[in-house]
Amino acid sequence: MASDAEQGQLAPAPESFLPKELVEDISRQGINPGRRSLMQGAFAAAAASLMAPTLLADDDPDIVNLPSWTRSLGKPVVVNPYGQPSPYEANIVRRQSPGLTRTDQSSVSFTPLQNLFGMITPSGLHFERHHQGWVDIDPRRHRLMINGLVETPLVFTMEELLRMPSVSRIHFLECGANTGLEWGNVAVPTVQYSHGMLSASEFTGVPVSLLLERAGFDRKRATVLLAEGADGSSMTRTINLENALDDALVAYGQNGEMLRPENGYPLRLVVPGVQGVSWVKWLRRLEVGNTPWATKDEVAHYVDLMPDGTHRQYTSIQEAKSVITAPSGGQKLLTQGYYDMTGLAWSGRGTVERVEVSVDGGRNWRIARLEGPLLPKALTRFHFDWVWQGNEAMLQSRVTDSSGYIQPSRAQLLEVRGTRSVYHNNAIQTWRVGSDGEVHNVQLG
Amino acid sequence: MSSWARAAILLLPMLFMPSSTMAMPEGVAALGRPATDNEVVAWDIDVRPDFAGLPPGSGDVWAGEEVWLAQCASCHGDFGDSNKVFAPLVLGNITEEDIATGRVASLNDPAVTRTTLMKVPTLSTLWDYIYRAMPWNAPKSLTPDEVYAVVAYILNLGYVVDEDFTLSDTNMAETQARMPNRNGMSQDHGLWSVSGLPDVSGSSCTADCDVAMSVTSFLPAYAMNAHGNLAEQVRSWGPFPGLWTEMGPEPIASASAVAEVPMAPDAALRAGGCAGCHQMADQLIGPGFDAIRAKYAGQEHAAYLRDKIVNGGAGVWGAMPMPPMPAVGDDALQQIVAWLTSGEESERSD
Repeated sequence: MASDAEQGQLAPAPESFLPKELVEDISRQGINPGRRSLMQGAFAAAAASLMAPTLLADDDPDIVNLPSWTRSLGKPVVVNPYGQPSPYEANIVRRQSPGLTRTDQSSVSFTPLQNLFGMITPSGLHFERHHQGWVDIDPRRHRLMINGLVETPLVFTMEELLRMPSVSRIHFLECGANTGLEWGNVAVPTVQYSHGMLSASEFTGVPVSLLLERAGFDRKRATVLLAEGADGSSMTRTINLENALDDALVAYGQNGEMLRPENGYPLRLVVPGVQGVSWVKWLRRLEVGNTPWATKDEVAHYVDLMPDGTHRQYTSIQEAKSVITAPSGGQKLLTQGYYDMTGLAWSGRGTVERVEVSVDGGRNWRIARLEGPLLPKALTRFHFDWVWQGNEAMLQSRVTDSSGYIQPSRAQLLEVRGTRSVYHNNAIQTWRVGSDGEVHNVQLG
Repeated sequence: MSSWARAAILLLPMLFMPSSTMAMPEGVAALGRPATDNEVVAWDIDVRPDFAGLPPGSGDVWAGEEVWLAQCASCHGDFGDSNKVFAPLVLGNITEEDIATGRVASLNDPAVTRTTLMKVPTLSTLWDYIYRAMPWNAPKSLTPDEVYAVVAYILNLGYVVDEDFTLSDTNMAETQARMPNRNGMSQDHGLWSVSGLPDVSGSSCTADCDVAMSVTSFLPAYAMNAHGNLAEQVRSWGPFPGLWTEMGPEPIASASAVAEVPMAPDAALRAGGCAGCHQMADQLIGPGFDAIRAKYAGQEHAAYLRDKIVNGGAGVWGAMPMPPMPAVGDDALQQIVAWLTSGEESERSD
């Protein structure tokens, strides 16, 4: 920017704004990207000084000096036929936790909860958990079979499924192992890694109850369903028939479009309130049965090791849980004053009734404001007006759901479950805000 | 029957109808078709703990070792003990006592690595999973006999069966009776059903609650960057930027994480009056810049384009002539020509 003495004066003509050396260099060797960007920088500076009005001390140059996007023709339509986020949001992506898994096909990527708003997760940021890689399925060659305790085993094409009566429902999807790294001690820095196996979408599909009715399932004997994927792992999970008949969907839609391949395109099971592993992706088959199947992910994984060495099996329901997403671990507050502290609360047993927030490590609690609509087995966004005065603070949130269940503290959870169960850690999370404004993941005891 | 009673009977099922349940509209029953026997056989390969679904066949430990070394060992190790790719399947820490009681005692020991064989209570699970999902890169390529053999080999590695053992559909049940952790599972909890009773309860205290307040665990400074630089994982602008966790001082201008992209010389294009006739993508009065750049990628076209811009032309892209553009100064001309001939992907001007 020109000095005070120069302000208001005429700038040099743009023809002479390129350094002599650069011009000579270019005429000798032509233009490469480096030289071009030097020229553009020089040109932009020249143009800016040419057009810049007088800038006084209190003036914001971003207001007074009209930016280039205000003075130019914008881009045409369909530059991106499928829209993309601003390049300034490039940090907000799914990420892996280094060292968590040794193969990328049986692995996890976490949703960047720290920078999301509202109660829906953008489909491209929905966390991934694959057991044997993800696949691209041709929907014209995909089938859903229903067999087992039914009058007639049936086969449906995708075309037929899309012709059937459908519903759209907003539900959260949380991996049973979410926050599993934190049972013993603090292991990860940010909410993306501590709570990011959590997403929520509007799912569209056919109620499982309708499909079972269509197949004429055996109401007297049936107690469970087996869901099976069409991928290489052909993942199987036993589903409680109670859930299946209540609100489970065979879903093809997610947030208004078809499911993303990483989320099961063209068909996945949606079992609201139940851990993600049961929401079988690339769903090819539902089998009606009367005894659980004890599949690999029901005996070797997704079993909760209790302090007495017993594994709890078929732990399905995701109990009420909440977390403050901003500010959260790995972030920093730059100034004192007002902040819209915000987070998410959810329950696999119903709706969020109440969220309380503590800024002193759980000694005192105040009610947070819930953002509607409050839907069952969906994410509920909460807000908490907070004036940071530069002191150390211990931020916590605590949810109460419609069944009356209150989210436990870490001490309360560990007292019953020990520290080795891997799954279903729904303890209250603590973020420590230092007097320097840095926010860190901590555990209190 | 009174009309009231009839209405009540009609309504009753509605009242108890779960939230997603909908009556099946007329015509829906015609969607879907019966599955053929072959189709059901092709897909319904699951094996239950009571061995329903188990195909006939057999395989011994030696045959299992052969399959194992060829198809399984590269991930799981020769003896199923590798943790290179997956958690170990077997570590040789199952005792005779475990097999007798059906409870693996070392599951109580936090120092012991939990292997698959320590956990799995049901033999059917091993058979089902290997048959449906293994080998890792070629699932469903093993025959039933090969699966029996591989399961026998794993059981032998865990001292559950002897090395001369043959596993078959006829002795699965008696072999199940030797599974080391067959009594190690519990379904006695409230997490199977929505209406299940919780085993943990939080506190409703809201003021002066008696809670422990000292920090017992946090990430030490040396581990803060183990997940990469947090400043680059959080929105770089706004109220809560990320902590700079990389070694060395935080650069002063770290606010924008967006790399500079080659820009179209929009200032030059505007100043030269080009934008009046040319758009980026589509033909306006003259051709789109994208089309020009595609056609004239390469330095060899520079002189030609310079001439066209300075002196004008006609007939190349259509009937509309291009007028001479004297307003384009020499430097801008050079910049524009260089951009038009660069052939590179160029970020659209903003």
